[in-house]
Amino acid sequence: MTNADSVSILVPSGMLGAGFPEETVTRGIALGADVIAVDGGSTDSGPYYLGASKPKTTAAAVARDLRILLRAAAGAGIPLIVGSCGTSGTDDGVDWVAGIVSDLLAEEGLSMKVARIYSEQRAADLKEPLEAGRIHPLPPLGDLDVATLEECTHIVAMMGHEPIAEALAAGAQVVLAGRATDTANAAAYALLRGMPAGPSWHAAKIVECGGQCTTNPRAGGVFATVDRTGFTIEPLDENAACTPISVAAHMLYETANPFEMREPDGTLDVRDAVYTALDERRVRVEGSRFHHAEQHTIKLEGARISGYETMSFSAIRDPLILKDIEGWASLMDVVFTQRVEQTLGLTRDDYDYDLRLYGYNAVLGDLDPATEPPREVGVMLLVRAADQDLATAVAKVANPLMLHLPAQDMDYLPSLAFPGSPAEVERGAAYEFVLNHAVDSLTPTAMFRTEMEEKHDA
Amino acid sequence: MPETTLGDLATEVRSKNAGPFWITMELFMRDADGYRIAADETFLHEGVVADLYRVDPGSVQIFRIPSLNVVKISYPRPVSQGSLRDRDVHAGQHHVPLAQLVVPAH
Repeated sequence: MTNADSVSILVPSGMLGAGFPEETVTRGIALGADVIAVDGGSTDSGPYYLGASKPKTTAAAVARDLRILLRAAAGAGIPLIVGSCGTSGTDDGVDWVAGIVSDLLAEEGLSMKVARIYSEQRAADLKEPLEAGRIHPLPPLGDLDVATLEECTHIVAMMGHEPIAEALAAGAQVVLAGRATDTANAAAYALLRGMPAGPSWHAAKIVECGGQCTTNPRAGGVFATVDRTGFTIEPLDENAACTPISVAAHMLYETANPFEMREPDGTLDVRDAVYTALDERRVRVEGSRFHHAEQHTIKLEGARISGYETMSFSAIRDPLILKDIEGWASLMDVVFTQRVEQTLGLTRDDYDYDLRLYGYNAVLGDLDPATEPPREVGVMLLVRAADQDLATAVAKVANPLMLHLPAQDMDYLPSLAFPGSPAEVERGAAYEFVLNHAVDSLTPTAMFRTEMEEKHDA
Repeated sequence: MPETTLGDLATEVRSKNAGPFWITMELFMRDADGYRIAADETFLHEGVVADLYRVDPGSVQIFRIPSLNVVKISYPRPVSQGSLRDRDVHAGQHHVPLAQLVVPAH
């Protein structure tokens, strides 16, 4: 592909399926977008979506966004890139989005070349690099062992821009990527067209959450133009604005280090970046650098089942209990564990639970600086055990207590407020992230598999 | 006179996951005066953050960014994301103890 003087990236929103005003995409196309890029996933909502390989978004919302984006891309003759398909970027996630795209192309009467890039990894395939010392822990995790790999229900590798750029170079008009870095989908086309790495990656980081880098994040996405010396960014909505502060501040968002960001191919360094207002709503950024790494690395994500959970929830309004809610919770701990031992013969080694006092200190626990007595408290009991039936049995033992446990100094039984019936909610398998490790990659694309298909209207 | 907190001197104090294994917080101070207070290493240092969040002071990272009037703080997540004892999956409410930190009288 030939080098360009500049590449303009249209990012309609921070997450595929989150929605955006259709006219903002129309405006981005009118501004001369060269590519549409949107992120389809994140680990931010926890390990379930990777562990269970299920999307967080609903199909109708993804289809609504994709219909507008496919029409826009096809109409303008520019590529559409979706990163981290299906929230976690598992193979199921890529296939799920590919199925939606296929249906939409048929409905819209469009023919487009669709690339699916799979990033899921088999534990067995990671043993060899692990044993060869090519997998390194990233802080705060420690060394990896084979058992941990084998316990994962799903493992994905985070691709950089390279597999996406390769698919684009091969003529893909729609790229549906498995797990990719948040920035790779927005940086890929600019890098492919010869834009310098510093501005390309920095622009990609700033646009990855759509309107987050503007003064009105709810107004829709952003439009960034990368060129030889930097990039220029503006909101797609003409009434929203990017300011040097709103743009620079986004470099801080969801990153531990505000100055450096590691990508598979190297490290973005924004220490010397200068943010200048071009007018009231456009910002110019120059001085971003990228240090290519000697060793290309690919980060792994993996989740395993930690148990099965059942939840029960009741609520307290009686000031006689609320005046010493901690005393009530301590009594609950004692009586509950005794009852579980008496009735089920289980000790705390066989199950675990968390008792949360919503309205008092559930969110921050012991870290909470406030001391006032609460007006009402929601009592959540979350039980975890080796299987669902056991977790529910333990939660059911708590049920009479969640209904009637009195405060220490009460000589009668109160009845507490359940919000619904039945009292218990089975939450299914609970997962935990166990991988935060980087593989020294043999090539930037070797861990990923690309399939290309021309999708015709039916 | 009522005590002044970091939150009183900020336009926004926020917290969020930085990946599944880190929490990061930002103090967006209203002006250079507020920034000077928040960025004062004798007042807001790793030990203070470690006490507020019951983490190892050696694991706390503080970044001071005068051009934005921002102090940014990152530390490893003490409770595994989405686990039985994680009450804040996105870590989006963990800024409150920091925001309520009382600044020294002057």
